[in-house]
This record gives sequence, structure tokens and C-alpha cells, in this order.
Amino acid sequence: MNALDWLVLLGTMVGIAAYGAWRTRHTDHLDTYLKGSKTTGWFTIGLSVAATQASAITFLSIPGQGFESGIGFVQNYFGLPLALIIVCAVFLPIYRRLGVYTAYEYLGQRFDGKTRLLGAGLFLLQRGLASGITIYAPAIILSTVLGWRLDLTIIGAGVLVIGYTVTGGSVAVSLTQKWQVAVIFAGMVTAFVVLLDRLPEGLGFSGAAHLAGAMGKLEAVDFSLDPDKRYTFWSGLFGGLFLSLSYFGTDQSQVQRYIGGASLREGRLGLIFNALLKIPMQFFILLLGALVFVFYQFQPAPVFFNRAEWEHHAAGPNGAAFRALEAKHAALHAVKQEKIAAWQAARTGSGDLAAARAGLVAAQAATEAVRAEAKKALTAADPRAKTKDSDYVFISFIVAQLPHGAVGLLVAVMFAAALGSKAGELNALGSTSTIDLWRHFRPLAAHDEARNVRVAKWLTAFWGFFAIGFALYAGFAENLIEAINILGSIFYGVVLGLFLVAFFLKKVGGTAVFWGAVAAQILVFILFATLNISYLWYNLIGCAACMLFSVILQAFLPANDAHERP
Amino acid sequence: QDDDSPGVPGFRTWRGVYLFVIGCFILVVITLALFSRAFA
Repeated sequence: MNALDWLVLLGTMVGIAAYGAWRTRHTDHLDTYLKGSKTTGWFTIGLSVAATQASAITFLSIPGQGFESGIGFVQNYFGLPLALIIVCAVFLPIYRRLGVYTAYEYLGQRFDGKTRLLGAGLFLLQRGLASGITIYAPAIILSTVLGWRLDLTIIGAGVLVIGYTVTGGSVAVSLTQKWQVAVIFAGMVTAFVVLLDRLPEGLGFSGAAHLAGAMGKLEAVDFSLDPDKRYTFWSGLFGGLFLSLSYFGTDQSQVQRYIGGASLREGRLGLIFNALLKIPMQFFILLLGALVFVFYQFQPAPVFFNRAEWEHHAAGPNGAAFRALEAKHAALHAVKQEKIAAWQAARTGSGDLAAARAGLVAAQAATEAVRAEAKKALTAADPRAKTKDSDYVFISFIVAQLPHGAVGLLVAVMFAAALGSKAGELNALGSTSTIDLWRHFRPLAAHDEARNVRVAKWLTAFWGFFAIGFALYAGFAENLIEAINILGSIFYGVVLGLFLVAFFLKKVGGTAVFWGAVAAQILVFILFATLNISYLWYNLIGCAACMLFSVILQAFLPANDAHERP
Repeated sequence: QDDDSPGVPGFRTWRGVYLFVIGCFILVVITLALFSRAFA
């Protein structure tokens, strides 16, 4: 990165943060601080929902997914539009009618205090830990590729987001997210245009898409019923439906984005905007990854994209083996060039297309085998070596191929996404701590408006610094990250079950649903320890078990435990 | 501490909006399947 890149990066990131903090510095009502302005329209709500969901990992990992496995990952989002329709029709009208600040406050009104604390506690545990990863995950990749200090990257991004989120609360979050989305959009379009420009003369988008398709990277929809297949239409539709329903309907970091706003209509239209936008957006990001794959069919690609990790081991005692793998990879690249030329000739009319394509696929398989060998060599040199390099593909392409200025803009895209999703999380953690914990245990304090805002600001700052501390610690405990990602999957289903019981099973009361949820969570833990199924299914199992156990327990409890409440 | 009309030109009820989203989803899936076939 040169001075122009730094100017673009700092100008956009610090500029947006400072603008957000300055514009919202007079936010002194709890309602505005936690729910945002009462004049917020559907477009701002829609962008805010999208920016909270799309973290930096969306723009680092998903192009890598497109590069590595093709665009089939888009099927994971097939349940999302249906989930958002259910949130619009069922969840949102109830939240607004009751005027609640948090989703868990509704559980308290429908059931009792202990069920509310269970929902809020699970959210704070899971989201509080995950918020550290929101900063750590992009920081480790960017600091590795750009040669920055990891600790300073984490602290810099963390302090920036705390600054405006604590100052202006939900209003600042929505305002800054709007501009952050603009930076993301400009950056991704720039990357797409530069990528098409960098493809060989005469290939064009159509030729590139045909080449990606011939090499199996454009299989978007798979209607197979084989449960061993990772991404299919059915797993995306049903697993994705429950995951999206849990996330958008019961996770306060999303609920807070749409619960305020000018009216029910604005909130609903903001969610409908996302229902229409999300699948095409993810398709575009995956397609970008597939086109980066095509680009590297014509340009020499590294055998392993995390160059820092590779060079560190190549400089060690087994350096000769690493250099031999590089030479083998380069030789295969030359062979592949011939196969691509034969395939292009066959496509334009001279030669056997099927045979040319078979040669192309075989050459690609040989290249993949060398990449697998390279990963084995890394593991042999250091069993703790990180062998997943797909997260480094897109950022490596950006740094190596984009002109100065555009590099700064694309790094700003990663930071804008990280700050946008982090701000949404912090805002929700601060709200839930204030409303469901502090005010729950100090009900008399609810009447002191200024004190409430002050406490909300302190608690938001606490979670911000907790996330920074946790991100700094996560660097020393890599396996923690995997554990936290799993943690989210195994709690989400039961929390969704709590809400579905609240909405649809009016005869079930607080005691039954509380112990039903505890029993369902224990069942999910046992199944997680004994089965080997996709995380997506735990959402469905946890939700169904929570509903079933609640109904069974209610049958053995006195009827006065159930209240015909909202 | 809300009216119930979508207020979107062409839609009189929210049910119509939801059906429109489902229709768009089906169209997107068909388009993706055709895109894959065109470049396979």
C-alpha cells in the first residue's frame, strides 16, 4: 500500500466514523439511543440489516469459496427470503405492538423473568464472544498479507467502532452503515471491472464464464437428495430457513436494526429489500471468486495463497521440498496453458470439444493434487500450520493486481464490513445488558432517562473493550474460534424454539418453556457430542425439541402456569 | 413505551408482497439453474 492507498483507507474509515459520531453527538433519549430515529425509512433499515449481516469475512472468505469450490455455496441462502417473510408477518408486528426494546423483553412479557434471562443470557454469551472474532478474523488475514502488526490492527478497528457506537447508539450505527455499504458497493464493482480488464485479450466475460463452467465452478443449483453433499437446494432451503429465522427473528443484533423506524411498514419493507437482495448479492461475490479462479488460469498462481505461512516454512530445514513443490506447480501451470489453448480452439470450431474439456479437467485435477501436497508438507513441517488458504485468495489478488488507490479502496471494503457488523453487535449487546439485566434488577432506575442513557453507553463501551481483549487473546488460541462458531450453531435452535412457543403455543407457560428449553439444550449437547451431522441441522433439532418438551411439560403442570398473554 | 397497508404501488395487501418475493425467489433459482447449464 502506498500513500494514495492509505489516504483512501483512512479517509473513508475515519471520515465515516467521525461523521457518524459528530452527527449523533446529541443523542440523549434512551428510545433513540437504543432503537434509532423514529423517522428512519425502509432503505436505511434495509441497508442496516444487510451491513450487520455482512462482515469482513463475507468479502474475504466467500470469493475464496467461489475460487475453491465454485458458486454452489449460494444455495446456503435459499431459506433466507422465506425466513424474512415469516419475520415480517409474525415477529415484527408483535415486537412493535408491545413497544419492546429487545426480543428478550418480549419473552419476559409473554412468559416470566427467568425465561427472559435465559434468552438474554444465551445471546450475551454467544454474541459477546463472537464479537471478538468479528474483529480478529479479518485482522489476522489483513495483517498477514499487508505486513501490519496484528495487535495494532485489532485495537485500531476496535477503538474506531467504539467511538461512534458509544456516542450515538443505534442512530450512529444506522447512519455509518449507510456510508459503509456505499464504500463496499464501490469497492466490489471496482474489483469486478479491474478483474474483467485483467483477463486475456479476446476472452471477455462470456469466455471466462465458459472456462469456469468447463472446470466445474459454476454449478449453482443441485437438487440432489444425497445427505453427504455439502450444499444442495434442500439443505439450503430447510437448514437455511431455520438458521435465518433464528438470526433475523431472535438475535438482538438484527432485531435492533428493524424494530425502530418510522412505522411497521418501513420495517417490513427494509426486510423485504433484504429478501430480494441477498441471493443476487451472494451470487455476485461468489462469481467474483470464480472469475479470480479463471484469472489464475492465465497468470502464475502461488502454490499456497497464504504467502507468509508458506515462506516461513520454505525458509526452514525442509526448504528444498517446498521449492520442489513450487517448481512442480509451475510446470503444471504451463501444461494447463496448452490444455486451455486446445479447449479454446475446440470451442471456436476446430477439434473435439469433449476431449479438450477432459484434458482441461485432468490438468486442473493435477494442479489440485499439488496444492493438496503443499498443504501436507506444511502440516508435516508444523502440525499447527494453518492450511486453509482460500481466505487469502481474494486479498492476494487485490494487493497484486489492482492499481494503487483501488487497493486502498478494497482494504476499506474489508474494514467497512468489519466495522458495520461490529457496530450492530455492540449496539445490541449494550441494549440487552441495559434492558434485560441492569433495568431488570433495578426497576426503579427505569424512570431516570439520563441515567439509563449513561448506563447504556458504559455497557456498550464495556462490550467493545471486551471484544478487543478477546480478539487479542484469540491470537493465542486459534481453536477457540472454531469453538465459538460451533457455539452459535448449537444455541440458535433452542432460542428460536422459545420464540415459536411464545408465538404459536398460547397454552404453554413460563415454567414449562424454561425447563423445556434447558432439556432441549442438553439434548443438543449430547447429539453434538455423539453425531457427525451438519451444524445446520442442530437449529432444526434444537427448535423442535424445545417446542415438544415444552408441550409435554405443560401437560404435567397446573394450568395457571400458562397465561393468555400477547 | 402502525398502519397495515404496504403502500407499494401495485400491491394492496402484504400477502401480495410476500407472494411477489416468493415468485422472485423461484425466478432466481430458475435463472441460476439456467446460468449453470449455459456455461457448463
